[in-house]
Amino acid sequence: MKKEKELLKGNYAIAQAAVEAGCQSYFGYPITPQSEIGEYLSTKMPELGRAFVAAESEVAAINMLLGAGSTGVKAMTSSSSCAVALMQEGLSFIAGDEIPCVLVSVMRAGPGLGYIYASQGDYFQATKGGGNGDYKIVTFAPASVQECIDLTYKCFYVSQKYRTPVCLLADGMLGQMMEPAVVGKYPYEEIDQSSWALTGADNREPRHIASIEREEETLRKRVVKIFEKYNQILKNENLFEKYETEGAKIVITAFGSIARIAKAAVKMARKNGLKVGLFRPILLNPFPEKIVQEIAQKVDGILDIELNCGQMLQDIKASIAGVVAIPIKFYGRPAGVMMTVEEIYEQIENVYKEIIEKKYGTACI
Amino acid sequence: MEQLVYKKPDSIRDDFKITFCPGCDHGIAVRLVAEVLDELSVREKTIGIASVGCSVFSYDFFNVDIVEAAHGRSLAVATGVKRSKPDKVVFTYQGDGDLASIGLGETIHAMTRGEKVTTICINNTTYGMTGGQAGPTTLIGQVTTTTTKGRDPQLSGYPLKVCEILKEVDGTAFVARVTLDSPAAILNAKKCIKKAFEAQIKGLGTGFIEILATCPTNWKMTPQQAHERVRGEMSEVFKPGIYKDRVSEAI
Amino acid sequence: MGRIVLNRDKCKACYLCIDACPNKVLEPDENVNKLGYYPTRVSLNKEDKCVGCAICARVCPDMAIEKVYR
Repeated sequence: MKKEKELLKGNYAIAQAAVEAGCQSYFGYPITPQSEIGEYLSTKMPELGRAFVAAESEVAAINMLLGAGSTGVKAMTSSSSCAVALMQEGLSFIAGDEIPCVLVSVMRAGPGLGYIYASQGDYFQATKGGGNGDYKIVTFAPASVQECIDLTYKCFYVSQKYRTPVCLLADGMLGQMMEPAVVGKYPYEEIDQSSWALTGADNREPRHIASIEREEETLRKRVVKIFEKYNQILKNENLFEKYETEGAKIVITAFGSIARIAKAAVKMARKNGLKVGLFRPILLNPFPEKIVQEIAQKVDGILDIELNCGQMLQDIKASIAGVVAIPIKFYGRPAGVMMTVEEIYEQIENVYKEIIEKKYGTACI
Repeated sequence: MEQLVYKKPDSIRDDFKITFCPGCDHGIAVRLVAEVLDELSVREKTIGIASVGCSVFSYDFFNVDIVEAAHGRSLAVATGVKRSKPDKVVFTYQGDGDLASIGLGETIHAMTRGEKVTTICINNTTYGMTGGQAGPTTLIGQVTTTTTKGRDPQLSGYPLKVCEILKEVDGTAFVARVTLDSPAAILNAKKCIKKAFEAQIKGLGTGFIEILATCPTNWKMTPQQAHERVRGEMSEVFKPGIYKDRVSEAI
Repeated sequence: MGRIVLNRDKCKACYLCIDACPNKVLEPDENVNKLGYYPTRVSLNKEDKCVGCAICARVCPDMAIEKVYR
C-alpha cells in the first residue's frame, strides 16, 4: 500500500524515520529545538521492544550510543548545538572505534546557550568537530521535512555500510516546521554486521573494539584506512542539488533550510533575466570539492549564503583555491529573523551588478 | 592418581599478557572475575567494558568480547550495550579515578536506573597509570605526586566513599567492598564478585564491587607492605563489608 | 602430596606466593627470567612438602602458576 503524504513536523519525521529504518536503540537528553524526537521515541521504542534511555547528560548519551553501536544494532541520539559540544569526545572515540551510529544535530543559534532560533552556526562543529585526532563525521544536511526522512534513512545506511558515525545536520526551522511528507519504507539493503560486532565470544575468538593502539605503525594504518572510507563515501554516497547552474554567471552556494529560500530567490532572479544558479551540497562532509571546482570553472562569481558568519564559505574557498580565481561573496546572518526571498534576491542583484557589470559591462544580461 | 585442583580460568586468554606492575592486585581481581564468569558459564555471552587507566588493556587478558570506553564513561557504554543486547552479561572494570571522579555521574545514574550490569572498581587511592597523582579516594595525609605534603582536606577535600553512596542508590542490588590481602580475603572477594554478577543475571539490578587494591609502584612499597597498608589505614577509612545484598534476600 | 606448574617467565617476583605458602615450599630463583626478574621456584629439596592447596596460585597476580595438582 502506498503511503499518503501527511502534514509532519520535522522532528517527528526524523523520529518516525528512525523507527522505520530499524533503529534499535535511542539515547538522548532534552534540548530545544529537537526534544520532540526523544519524546516520540520514549513511547514508540518500548512499544516495539526496542531500547529508549533518557540519558543523564549528552556525555552519557553519546557513550551509550558507542556501546549500542558496538553490538552492531542501529542506534541513534539526537541533540543540539551546546549539547552536541558535549558529545565531541565520544564522537572521536566512535570514529576511532569505527562504530556505526547516527547523530541528529538540530542546530540552534550560539555561541554558548545562544537561543533556539534557526541557525547554521554548527557547520564547523559537525564537519570539523571538536574531538581529538584525525577523523571526520560524515554529515548530511536536509532542506525539507521530506529530506529529514530520506536522509535519516541514508544516515543509517551509510553508518552501517562504512562503520562510521554519521550526522544528520538539521536546524531549528526544519525541526519545528510542518509540511507534507511521507515516511516511506526504508529503501536500503540491510548490512550484515556479524563479522565484527560484539555479541559474546560464542564459538569464536573474542573481539575487542578500542581506539587505543600501542603499535605506532598499526595506529597509522588504522587512521589511513578510516580516511580511505571517507574517500569511498564521497565517491559512492555523495548527494547534492544543482539548480539552473547550466549557463549561470553567478552561482549561489547554500545548504540546509536557507538553501530553499535561496532557491526561491534564484527563481526570481532567472525570471528577471539574471543568469544565476544554485548549488546545494547535501553531503557536507567529506566536502564535495571537485563538484565545487567544476561549477566554479564555469561561472564568474560565487555568492555563499549561510545562517552563520561564514563557515561553509571556508570549504568553498578551499575547494577552488589554486584552481580558479573568481570572486567569492558572502551573505550571512548568525541568528535572528530568517532571511526572506526578497532579501536574498537583493543580494543576488547587488553581487551580479558588482561582478558581472565590472567584467562585461551592463550588456551582459 | 593426582587431580587437577587449579588451572587458569577459560575466561582468561591462553595468550594472556598481564600488563600490570609486579605485585599489583589488579591481576588477582582480573582472575577472580574470570573465574566467576567460568563458574556461572556465561563467558560466551559476556561483553566487558575496558576503562581508561591501568585496566585499558583488558583485552590482553580477558577471553571475552571487550569494548573500550572513554575515561569515566564505562557505565554509559555498558548501558548502551546491555539495553541493545539484554540477554548478554555485561561488566565494567574500572579504577577509582574512572568510576568515582570523572565518571561519578555516569556511575550513579546507571545504578539509579538499575542497569543490569556488574561493575568492578579497583580502589588503590591513586591515579596509577599516570604516575601516582591524588585521586578521589586518596587518604588524608597520603603523599602523592600532586599532594607532596600529604592530602590536606582544606586544599583537596576528603576521600570519597563509593560503597556508602551506592548502597543508598535504589537501583543497586549488591554492593560490597572487599580486599585481596590474604588467601581468605581473596576467597571472600570472589564470593562477592559472584553475587555481583548474579545480581544482573537474576535481573535484580546493578552489582557493584569495590576492591581495595594495592599499587606498590606508586605507593613506593613492597607488595607485602602494600597489603599491610590495605589492612591498616585503608580499611580504617574504607570499611570492607557487604553494604547491600538483595541477591541473598531474593533466594 | 601436590605439584604446581609454574611458568617462570610470567613471574614478576612479587613473592606474594612465597609468603602465602603454608609449608614454605617456594623460594626466589637464582637466575633471572625473560622479564628480568628472579622468579619464584619450588625449593629443590622441598618438592614433596607441597600439599597442592593452590594458595600460591590464588595469590599470584600474574597467573604465573598455571596448574596445581593434588
